Amino acid sequence: MANDDRDRITLDQNHDGIDRRGFLKCMAWAGTGTLCVIQGGILKSYAFGAELPPEATAGELAFAQISDSHMGFNKPANTDVVSTLKAAVDKINALPARPEFLLHTGDISHLAKPEEFDTVDQILKSAVAKEVFFVPGEHDVAGDEGARYFERYGKSSQGAGWYSFDKKGVHFIGLVNVMNLKAGGLGTLGPEQLAWLEKDVQSLGGSTPLVVFAHIPLWSVYPEWGWGTEDSAEALALLKRFGSVTVLNGHIHQTMQKVEGSITFHTAASTAFPQPEPGKADSPGPMKVPAEQLRQFLGITDVNFVRGQHVLAIVDSRLG
Amino acid sequence: MRSKLYVCGFLSIAVVTVALLATQKARASGAAADQTVEVKIDNFSFSPKTLTVTPGTTVKWTNRDDIPHTVVSDDKVTFKSKVLDTDDSFSFTFTKPGTYDYFCSLHAHMTAKVVVQ
Repeated sequence: MANDDRDRITLDQNHDGIDRRGFLKCMAWAGTGTLCVIQGGILKSYAFGAELPPEATAGELAFAQISDSHMGFNKPANTDVVSTLKAAVDKINALPARPEFLLHTGDISHLAKPEEFDTVDQILKSAVAKEVFFVPGEHDVAGDEGARYFERYGKSSQGAGWYSFDKKGVHFIGLVNVMNLKAGGLGTLGPEQLAWLEKDVQSLGGSTPLVVFAHIPLWSVYPEWGWGTEDSAEALALLKRFGSVTVLNGHIHQTMQKVEGSITFHTAASTAFPQPEPGKADSPGPMKVPAEQLRQFLGITDVNFVRGQHVLAIVDSRLG
Repeated sequence: MRSKLYVCGFLSIAVVTVALLATQKARASGAAADQTVEVKIDNFSFSPKTLTVTPGTTVKWTNRDDIPHTVVSDDKVTFKSKVLDTDDSFSFTFTKPGTYDYFCSLHAHMTAKVVVQ
C-alpha cells in the first residue's frame, strides 16, 4: 500500500492544490496505523513505522499537539492516565522531526485540581520540546470559573485566556471556547474574544500561515453532543482572507479532519481515553475498549510547516 | 339564653374546625419539608428530565456517570453545585413555586427542569 502509484492521488478540482477525495480516503486508512502526509496538496501514505523520506519530515517548523490528558481520571476506560500520557511524551520524543514546542488543546486535568495540573506539568518536563502552550478544556475551568487554570497558565493572556504568538513567521492563536456555556448551548467564543481576534489578525498579510487552537471543535462535528462552537462562523469569517489556516482542536477524543477552502480542521486523539464516534452511542462518555487495544485509540499529532506549501503536514500517531 | 348556647356551639365548632385545618396544614407542609426526591445523573442526562415537586421538597442529585457533571440553574444564581465526580451528590430545597430550568455547566447540552407547584 505504501508508495504505490494509486496512493499518489493528484485530483485538484478546486485548483487550490488540495486533493479532497484523496485526503478523505487517506484519513480512512489512518485508523489502521497508516501515516498520511499532506504537503502542498499531494498525498502520500506510509505504513506505520516505515522510514519517512526527508520531504515528509523536513520543514521549517515542527510542533506537536496533545490533548485531553484528563489527569485524575481513573475509571475502567483507562485506570492509568499517567502511563498513557508518559507514552505520548515518549512518542513525541521519538518523532523524526524534533518538535520545537507543544500545543495542549485542553482538558489537561479531569477535575481542575492543583495536583492534577502539577502531575501533567511534571510529565511534560521530560518532552524534548520544552515550551508548551495550553488552552483550557471545560474540565480545567470547572467549579471556579477557571481561577485555578488561569492562575497557572493564563498570566500572559488576554481577557478570559486567549492569546497569540509567532514562530518562524507562522502566527498561532489560542482561543477559549469553554467559558460561560449557556444551557443547551455549544462551545462559545463571545463578542469580546471575537473583537480581540479581529484586531489581532488585522495587520497580518494574507500569506501569513495561521494556526488556531481551541478545545471544542470550531466546526459542527455533532451538535447533539455539544461538539461544536456557536459563534465559530464569525471567527472563521475573520480568517477567510488567509491562504493557509490550520485549526487544531480536541474535546472529542478521536481524530477527525475537514477541509473547507483554505482552512484545514483537525481534532486530536486523547492521551487518556477514547470516545465513541458521533451517534454511535447513547452519550459521548468514555468508551471502554479491550485493555490491549486501548493505546491504539490514543495518540499525538505531529505538524510540520514547509514554507511555500499552504497546507501543513499533519500526522497522527497512535500510542500502540 | 338560647342564643348564648348557639353562639357557644358555633364558636366551639369554629375553634375545632380551625384547629383541624391547622393540623392538616402542618401535616401537609411537614410532609413536604421532610421529603427528599432523587434525580439520577447518568449517560450525560438527568432523570427524570422533568421533575414535579411540592414547595418545601428537597431534590438530591447523584452522579452515577463515569464523568463529572454539575447542576446549575439556567440563571446560574438560584442553585449551583460544585463539580460532582462519580457518586457525589448535591441537594437543594425548593421553597417557591415555579419552573426551574437547569443544565450541566460542563456539558451544556444536558438540560432538565424542576417544576414546583
